[in-house]
Amino acid sequence: MQTLTPQRLRELDLKATDVREGIIRALLAAGSGHSAGSLDMADIFTALYGHVMRHRPEEPNWPQRDRLLLSCGHIAPVRYSAMANFGYFPVDELLTLRKFGTRLQGHPERVSLPSVETTSGPLGEGLAQGVGMAQAAKMDGADFRVYVVTSDAEHQCGLHWEAMMTAAKFKLDNLLCIIDRNFIQIDGSTEEIMPLEPLADKYRAFNWEVFECDGHDIAAFVATVERAQAVKGKPQVIIAKTIPGKGVSYMEGDYTWHGKPPNAEQAKTALAELAATRERILAHV
Amino acid sequence: MSDTQTLDRAARAMSLVDYRDTASLKQLPTRNGFGEGLLEAARANRNVIGICADLSESTRFEGLKNALPEQYLEIGVAEQMLVAMAGGLAAVGKIPWIASYAMFNPGRSWEQVRTIMALNEANVKIAGAHAGVSVGPDGATHQAIEDIAIMRVIPHMFVVVPCDSVQTKKATLALSQTFGPTYLRFAREKSAIVTSEATPFEIGKAQVFREGSDVAIVACGILVYNALMAADKLSRERGIECRVVNNHTVKPMDEAAILDAAKTCGAVVTVEEHQIHGGMGSRVAEILAAKHPTPIEFIGVDDRFGQSGDPVELIEHYGMGSAAIEAAVLRAHARKRA
Repeated sequence: MQTLTPQRLRELDLKATDVREGIIRALLAAGSGHSAGSLDMADIFTALYGHVMRHRPEEPNWPQRDRLLLSCGHIAPVRYSAMANFGYFPVDELLTLRKFGTRLQGHPERVSLPSVETTSGPLGEGLAQGVGMAQAAKMDGADFRVYVVTSDAEHQCGLHWEAMMTAAKFKLDNLLCIIDRNFIQIDGSTEEIMPLEPLADKYRAFNWEVFECDGHDIAAFVATVERAQAVKGKPQVIIAKTIPGKGVSYMEGDYTWHGKPPNAEQAKTALAELAATRERILAHV
Repeated sequence: MSDTQTLDRAARAMSLVDYRDTASLKQLPTRNGFGEGLLEAARANRNVIGICADLSESTRFEGLKNALPEQYLEIGVAEQMLVAMAGGLAAVGKIPWIASYAMFNPGRSWEQVRTIMALNEANVKIAGAHAGVSVGPDGATHQAIEDIAIMRVIPHMFVVVPCDSVQTKKATLALSQTFGPTYLRFAREKSAIVTSEATPFEIGKAQVFREGSDVAIVACGILVYNALMAADKLSRERGIECRVVNNHTVKPMDEAAILDAAKTCGAVVTVEEHQIHGGMGSRVAEILAAKHPTPIEFIGVDDRFGQSGDPVELIEHYGMGSAAIEAAVLRAHARKRA
């Protein structure tokens, strides 16, 4: 990974705002979909596509690419918007989200859109598949890395813990799990529905190397990824603290935005806020 | 009776052994053929691997485990993990065979099978061991008799139920070389080997094991032997000549062979060690109802669970022995005349 210069960091912060804008436009056009988690992972997806990952937008199935699996498939808008904003397809295609004939299925499908890596939506299955990819890399002596983005609520699925055990058994140090720790799910707070804490200790007990960071600080996230990738012989996890709905004031921290899109009026407000954010970044030299 | 020259012309064309000669008939579990086929496939292609969920001996993974340990992974009692991890491995070019008891994989892992294997179009192969009530003493919890139904309704899926150990080996080799999500089903107990090394095998191509034009018996799995025995007895004692079709590929089913059997014979009996509802016979019925309505009798478990017992005793109890097949043929034959 290259050094993250202040200039590059500023570009990425602007890009994250573009990604959020794409999410809002796509969700408005679709008329359904998941706002809060998509918005809160915009900074991390921007960091992954813009700095961390080895990939070729013009050659999505390049065999040496790093693999990014989105386990919580319902926040597909953030992945689609990041892909569009980093050159995989025209940004306008985001407006086809969830519509008949689209490549941008409501939940992402591998055969529909190249480099999506796997079909997801049924929760708790991404890490397990990432384990398979990381193990295949070990068997073949390939040097690509596997990144798995999961939600916190997915940890309520048993399969995720099967995957945690397996990753440790096979010493998959080419595997990095990133948790969107936003503390919400459809029915409310994760800690009320099924307490996950102490989450870091649980990973440590499963023989993972654990890191925590602010999921909205791209520089901090990139630095954490670098530390994680220096670990040998163990899989790593970054518990990224995020604010659901981040970037749109009326959505921030409100779990009811988990599974709904903005209406036209709300989208207008959101886009105005994002435009103001962009101005602030540009003004800050 | 031990002279293969006296075998039916179709049986000779298929290079069957003389299955009537019970004294010299060899018996081996179909799962043995899986173990042999897997090792051979893995030797031929290093991308062929096995992933085991704590059942290496009973699924016959041991050959691979001992001979090619670098192509073998053990993940413990975690059948959903089995499918999901295999999906990841397949996405990077591996050809994973995953095996457990059919009750747990695909039984426990069905949604992963649908999403990660089929919707994803992943080249993952499930070996479902210990299918059918002939699992015996372990009882109903371990006797998968719904697995064909839940697998055959999934788009893109290959579903193959070979008739004996020799054919299971051929199926394992053929499926290892055929891209796509796959379910190969086999049984626990020793069963009669009716095919030989020379018997052809092609995925999706049903085989006529015995010629006849009175009633067609369409069977799969280890009950093909019972079907042949029933057909021979009906010929000797009643002069009813049955065509016996080894319908090993449940999906994609050989529609032409099914239609030809129905048109030639005018009545059909399906035979499988599975629930009647939703299984191989149901697919035969779907084809015939749509294209050539024909009287059908179904041999299989009739909407019940299995139980502990001796395998042969259970096959008889649930109405899948050769006497039950004979009775079904007579019923089908009578309906044809009516």
